[in-house]
Parts: sequence; C-alpha cells; structure tokens
Amino acid sequence: MSLSKEQVRHIAMLARLKLTEEEYAESVQKLSKIVDFVDQLSAADTRDVLPMAHPLHAVQRLRPDVVTETDERDYLQENAAAVADGLYLVPKVIE
Amino acid sequence: MKAGWEVVIGLEIHAQLATRSKIFSGASTAYGAAPNTQACLVDLGYPGVLPVLNEEVVHMATMFGLAVNATVAPRSVFARKNYFYPDLPKGYQISQFELPIVEHGELYITDDEGRDKRIGITRAHLEEDAGKSIHEGLERSSGIDLNRAGTPLLEIVSEPDLRSAKEAVAYMRKMHSIVRYLRISDGNMQEGSFRCDANVSVRPVGQQELGTRTELKNLNSFRFVERAINFEIDRQIEVIEDGGEVVQETRLYDSDKDETRPMRSKEESHDYRYFPDPDLLPVEISPEYIETARQQLPELPTAKKRRFTDQYDLKPDDADLLTGSRPLADYFEAAVAATGAKPQLVANWVIGDLSGALNRDSLEIADSKVSATELAGLLTRIHDNTISGKIAKQVFEAMWAGEGDADTVIDAKGLKQITDSTAIEAVVDEVIAANPGQVAEYRAGKEKLIGFFVGRVMQATKGQANPGQVNQILKKKLHD
Repeated sequence: MSLSKEQVRHIAMLARLKLTEEEYAESVQKLSKIVDFVDQLSAADTRDVLPMAHPLHAVQRLRPDVVTETDERDYLQENAAAVADGLYLVPKVIE
Repeated sequence: MKAGWEVVIGLEIHAQLATRSKIFSGASTAYGAAPNTQACLVDLGYPGVLPVLNEEVVHMATMFGLAVNATVAPRSVFARKNYFYPDLPKGYQISQFELPIVEHGELYITDDEGRDKRIGITRAHLEEDAGKSIHEGLERSSGIDLNRAGTPLLEIVSEPDLRSAKEAVAYMRKMHSIVRYLRISDGNMQEGSFRCDANVSVRPVGQQELGTRTELKNLNSFRFVERAINFEIDRQIEVIEDGGEVVQETRLYDSDKDETRPMRSKEESHDYRYFPDPDLLPVEISPEYIETARQQLPELPTAKKRRFTDQYDLKPDDADLLTGSRPLADYFEAAVAATGAKPQLVANWVIGDLSGALNRDSLEIADSKVSATELAGLLTRIHDNTISGKIAKQVFEAMWAGEGDADTVIDAKGLKQITDSTAIEAVVDEVIAANPGQVAEYRAGKEKLIGFFVGRVMQATKGQANPGQVNQILKKKLHD
C-alpha cells in the first residue's frame, strides 16, 4: 500500500470526513490505487519540461475595475439555513 | 532587550488594494455597508460561477513591484489554499503560491543608529480576503458577513532581516507610506486595510542557526507591533533561560493585557494543499506593460526626501517628516511656491503650528482649515516684516478659527508690526528711563539683561515691535 492508514486519517481530517473502521480500510486501498496510478508519471523524464499551471495555452482575461453587481441579499439568503440581521448564521465558532 | 541575545523578525503585511470592485467579481468593496449587501454569487462560492481577475489589481501589484525595486513576474499563477472556516465559503482562498506576481524586492529603513539599512522583500502576492465572523450578541451561533470576502489583498513578505521591534515598526511605516504614495491602498489601519503578522525568534549572539519562531497575529497598529514584538522577545528569552524550549505556534496579541497568548493549543499543523486554480489562467505581464507602469510611478518617499534636503535645504529630520505622506509633502511644496519666505520657515510652520492644529482637531491635511496658499500668505507677512513670528502664531489661530486670511486678520486686529524706528526709539527711551538700576548693571557688564529690556519693549508695544530693530536700537542706546 502506498498510503498508510495514518495518512488517510490525516486526509480525512483535513476534508472533515468521519469514517468508520471499515471505510478506512477501504479508503486506504482505493486511494493507494489512485496514487499508484498517478505515480506512473514519475517514470517520465521531465528535466526539460516547465511545470504546467493550466492545460489551456491561454492567458487570463482581465476585467475592468467596475462595480457591476447589485444587492441581492434577500434573494440569496432564501437559500440559507439561518439568517439574522442580514448575517448568515453558523454554529458558534470558538476562537 | 537583554544583552547577549539577538532578535530575528520577518513581517507579513496585508495591504488591501484600493479598487472599486472585488478581485474576482463585480461586487463593491466600499467599507461599512450593511452585512452581505456586497456579497455576490462569486463571493459566496455558488456552484458554476467563475472568477474573473480585476485588471486594476494587476496594475497596482506591478506599480508596487517597481517601487520596491523587485522583479515583476512575466508569468504568475493563482493557487487554491484549502482550509475550512465559516467565513470562507468556497473552502479555499484564491492566493498565489509558487509563482507570485512580485519577487526579490528591497526597502531601506533608518536603523537605530540612524544609518540606512536594507530590508529584503521575499515576495508580494495577490489574494482574496475572507469574510468576517461576528461573535458578539449571538447566543449559540456566529454571524457571517461576507462583504469583505473577495476584497483584493497584496501580501508583502519580508526577509527575516529585522533585528528589533523598532526596526519592524520603521519598516512597517515605510511600507505604509509607499502604498499610500502609490495610491494602491488607503492604508486605513482601523478599518483593517493595512495589517501585519510578525514572525519572531531569538538566538544567543553569535549563533548561526535561527531559533524557533512564533507567529504573532492581529497587529493592527504601529504601537501594537512594537509592544507585541517586545513582549514576545522577553517571553522567549525567559523561556530559554529557564531551560525550556520555544514552541512553534501562532500567538494572538491582546492589546488590553499587553501580552501574547497561543491561539489554540492543539492546532493541527497547517496543511493547505496548495494547487493551481483551474478556474484561472496564468497572468502574463509584458515588458511594455511594465514600462508603461514605470512611467506612471510617482516620486517616492526616499527620493522626495533627498530632493527636499537638496532643493529646499531642509534639515533631514524635517524632510523625513514632510515626506512621510504625499498630501503633506504636496501641501508644503504648494506653500513654498506661493511665498518668498524661506522653505525652512515653511517647514517649521507645517510641522509645528499646522500639524499641531490638525492633531488637536483630528483632521487630515486634506481637510486643513488653513490652505497652503493661506499659510503662504501668512509667512509672506513674516518675511516682509509686517508681523513677527510670535504675532504670526496669533494670526494663525485666528485664520484657523475662520476669521479670514492673514492680511484680513492683521488689519482687523491691528497687529501690524511697528517698523517705524522713531516710534520704537520712543518706547526704548521710556524703558531705559523707567529702569535706571538695570541700565547701570548692564553698562557695568551684565549683558544678559538685554533680554529683560527687549521683553519690556515688546510688552509696551503688545509684541508688535520688530524684534530685530528693538535689539539694535536698545544696544545702541544702552552703549551711548
């Protein structure tokens, strides 16, 4: 296995996933397979290859600095689970 | 700081760029709007939306790079910095990682001994700000305001070249002055437009290896930067001298208690899993674009200071103060241009009475109640001996209170200086006649008494006699 259970546990924590022991076992196997698959690229000689940031050979288009959006708060907050005084409410964040 | 220890500090400054709209969306960046009224679909991270880069931020970053003598990258790339927090709707912040827009710059500060010191700038990259979490007044929830989400930031990272809290403050002030000169940030620290994190470590003098560093957050004023760093230096030295080890951690500065404390004890190690953002293409900047920006660069503080000392023959400290902000420097030059009085006299007034009055009324130079031309008018009247410098202070206060320009005030209050030597001689004669004892002492060699006589004459003329003339006439008569 190219990934250890500890590594998978770390990845799950970063992704905020709560997995059962069975799911861990399965994830270690499946994720290792994916990593092994991608690892084949390491065999290629990339000494003269520039790292690719994007598959398209194009350059970022720029937008003029103009305010084009209007206030749609009421409409957008219809999707929210909880709002108060214009704020989106979330479970208490402890700092 | 304790002898035998050396301090190593690097600063990360976040400057909010003064654009009208956000870095990747057309929502407004205006400060102080009602919560979430300036947060559009892109800022909220709705599925299917795409970020489009604001051309103004590219221009501003380019100007900044040129101003700090850095390399403006011909090609830079945006990356996703992944972490979960309620005020970050997408679950990642768009930032730059491997290929930032600005690299390898420098800034010169005046160190504690008054010498120029070079501080390296590792990089400056573009990124979006997160939203704001509000905890007060809510029982079991936190409130999220996403107006700030997507506001453009330039994060400026220094080399660990700073050796004291004072140097850190000097660097931060210089940087503050530069971004304001460039008009790329309003630098408003109360509103969070200019804030700073400090990486601090200590090591015994002579040790090559760096000590373990801590990162101080929440430093939103020059004073707090200095105090937080000094607290942290003392704390780290104490930990090591007591046989302990400094823990690498993030600490928050509490200005009320004047101390730093760890943010969270069991904080997971940072693992942001940066990768190039597939929603954004690489940004390319041509040499022609950079050249055009170079033409638009204003005169920067260091160059302006040098010119002020050369061209106007100002004291270096005064030139430093006047060039600290562009509007102040402009005010000074406008006043110099409008009067025949010496530039150093103008400088004294701008730094002294004018700045004092501005501070007293909590006004910015742009809102000064006495314009540069009006101040020039006042100084012209000192220069042509219409009034003395002392009377001028009285005139200035009246001008500040809205009683009109200098000439109006001088006329209305009858403050015109007495330069008629016959009139002054008459007063001098009276003073000499009234004080025979002092006259005898003076003539016997107690020349310090000249001050006493000048004082009496000025008193008798309500300060309106020309002091130079009074001195001259007194000496002549006393020596007769």
